[in-house]
Amino acid sequence: MTRKRIVILGGGTGGTMAANRLRRRFDPDEAEIHVVDRDDRHVYQPGLLFVPFGLARVDEIVRPRRRQLRRDIAFHEAEVQSVAIERDEVELDDGTILPYDVLVVATGVRLLPEETEGLTGPGWNERVFTFYSPEGAELLERALAWFDGGRLVVNLVDMPIKCPVAPLEFVFLADWHLRERGIRKRTELTYVTPLDAAFTKPVASQHLAGLLAEKEIELVTEFNAGEVDGSARTLGSYDGRTLEFDLLVTVPLHGGAPYVERSPGLGDALGFVPTDTHTLRTAAKDNVFALGDATDLPISKAGSVTHFEAEILTENVVRHLAGKELQAGYDGHANCFIETGFHKALLIDFNYETEPLPGHFPTAFGLPLLRESRLNHLGKLAFQWAYWHALLPGREIPGIGPTMPRSGKQLLTA
Amino acid sequence: MTTTQIDNPRIEVDPEGFLLRPEQWNETIAESIARENGVAELTDRHWLVVRFMRERYLATGAAPSVRALGKESGVSIKELYELFPKGPAKLAAKIGGIPKPKGCI
Repeated sequence: MTRKRIVILGGGTGGTMAANRLRRRFDPDEAEIHVVDRDDRHVYQPGLLFVPFGLARVDEIVRPRRRQLRRDIAFHEAEVQSVAIERDEVELDDGTILPYDVLVVATGVRLLPEETEGLTGPGWNERVFTFYSPEGAELLERALAWFDGGRLVVNLVDMPIKCPVAPLEFVFLADWHLRERGIRKRTELTYVTPLDAAFTKPVASQHLAGLLAEKEIELVTEFNAGEVDGSARTLGSYDGRTLEFDLLVTVPLHGGAPYVERSPGLGDALGFVPTDTHTLRTAAKDNVFALGDATDLPISKAGSVTHFEAEILTENVVRHLAGKELQAGYDGHANCFIETGFHKALLIDFNYETEPLPGHFPTAFGLPLLRESRLNHLGKLAFQWAYWHALLPGREIPGIGPTMPRSGKQLLTA
Repeated sequence: MTTTQIDNPRIEVDPEGFLLRPEQWNETIAESIARENGVAELTDRHWLVVRFMRERYLATGAAPSVRALGKESGVSIKELYELFPKGPAKLAAKIGGIPKPKGCI
C-alpha cells in the first residue's frame, strides 16, 4: 500500500491522543502523521480552576506540545488558514499546503468575550475576569488576593462551554477560600446561569443545588447575560434583569477555531463541526473525523469525553483507510470530578442516554458517585499525573473503557 | 396522553405544551399557542423567526439555539428577546410546532 498521510489539526488533548494512538497503529512506512498547532504550549486545562486560589501555578500546568508527541510525528507550529474539503488539503498561514488522506479536527474552542456587549470594556481584567485562559486565571489570582468582601458574582454567559461543571467548582472553591480568609461573612456569593437549574442534568442538578444552599451561595437561573457594565458594576440579562457585582468572574461565549469559518462546508454557525454521534466521522466528507471540544456532539466538552472518543476515532481512522465499515462505538461516555472545597470532591459518570446517578464507579467497589468525599478529591489531584503520563501517550487505564459502565450505578427504572 | 386546549383536541403535546408531531402543526395552531404564551399577535418578525426555527428543525432534526438564531435568522438576540420574552428559542419552537430544543449539555 502507498504511504498514507494523516493530518491532525490541534495539538491539545484530542489531537495529541489521536496522534499518539494512530502512531502506534501504523508503522512510519505505512502512514505519516502531521500535527498542526499555532503554538507550542499544551495547557492542562483542569488545572486552570486552581490558579486563582493559588493552588496551582500556570508554569506547573503548561508543557511543550511537541514533547507530548511520539517519535515520527511531524509538528507544524502555524495557524491553519483553511481546509479545502474538496481537494483534501489544509493550507497553513505560512503558505504551506498539507494534502491528506485523513483529516482529524481537534482544534477545540476559542473564547469569545468580545461577543457579549461591554464584557471586554471598562473593568475587564480589573474587576471582570475569566479563569478560562492562563492569563485570565493569573490576573484573577491577584484580584482575589486583594478582594476584601462585597458581591462576588460567577456567571456563565451561554452554553456550550468547556467543562460545564467548572464554574460551579469555582464558586465552591471561592466559598472555601473566603472562609479560610475570614471574609466569607461579608461576601455575597452568587452563581448565575442561563440554565433552568444548577447543572444540565436533573439528578445531578438537585445534588448540586443542595450543595449551593448548604454553602449559602445564591443561585440565579435562566439568566441570559446580554450586557456587562464594568464601570457601573452591573450584569444585565436580555430579559431586563440587572445584578450588581464588585467582582465578576465570567465564562465567556465559546466558538470554534477561526479557520472553521474560513473553510466552506466544515462547521456550523458557531464554528463547531457537525460530527456523527457514534462514529466521530464529520458531515463534511467521509475522510474527515473530529473529536473533543471542536465537535457539535450533544455531550460535555471535557477531557474525559475526548479521551473516550480518541479510542473510537483511532479505530475508525484505521478502518476507513482499510476500506472497512466504521465502528459506531461511542456512547457519549463522560465522567468528571467536581471539586467542592475543603479537600473534597464529587464524581459524576454519564453518557448520551444515562444522566449522572448515585452509586459507585467503575463498579460497586469503586469511587462514590454524586457524593462528596476526600477520595474523589485525591482522585482529581492524581489525575494530572495520569493525564501527562497515561492519557496523552494513549495508554489504557485498567478497568476504564470508552463505554459507560452500568454496574455500580443506581439506575432508575423507566 | 396530554393534549393542549387549542382548537384541535387530537393535537399531541408534551407536558410543557410542545407539539410531539410537527406534521400536526398549522398557522392557526401557531397563533393559539402564541396567545396562550403571552404573545398576543404574531407579526412578520415573529413569523420570520418561527419559520426559520421550523424549517431548520425539519431539515436537520435539531432546532437552533438563541445564539445561532441571532447569527443566522437575521434577527438580533436583543430583538429575539423583545419578540419572544424569556426564552426565544423555546417559545419560537413551541409556536413553530417542533419539539422542545434539547438545549445544551
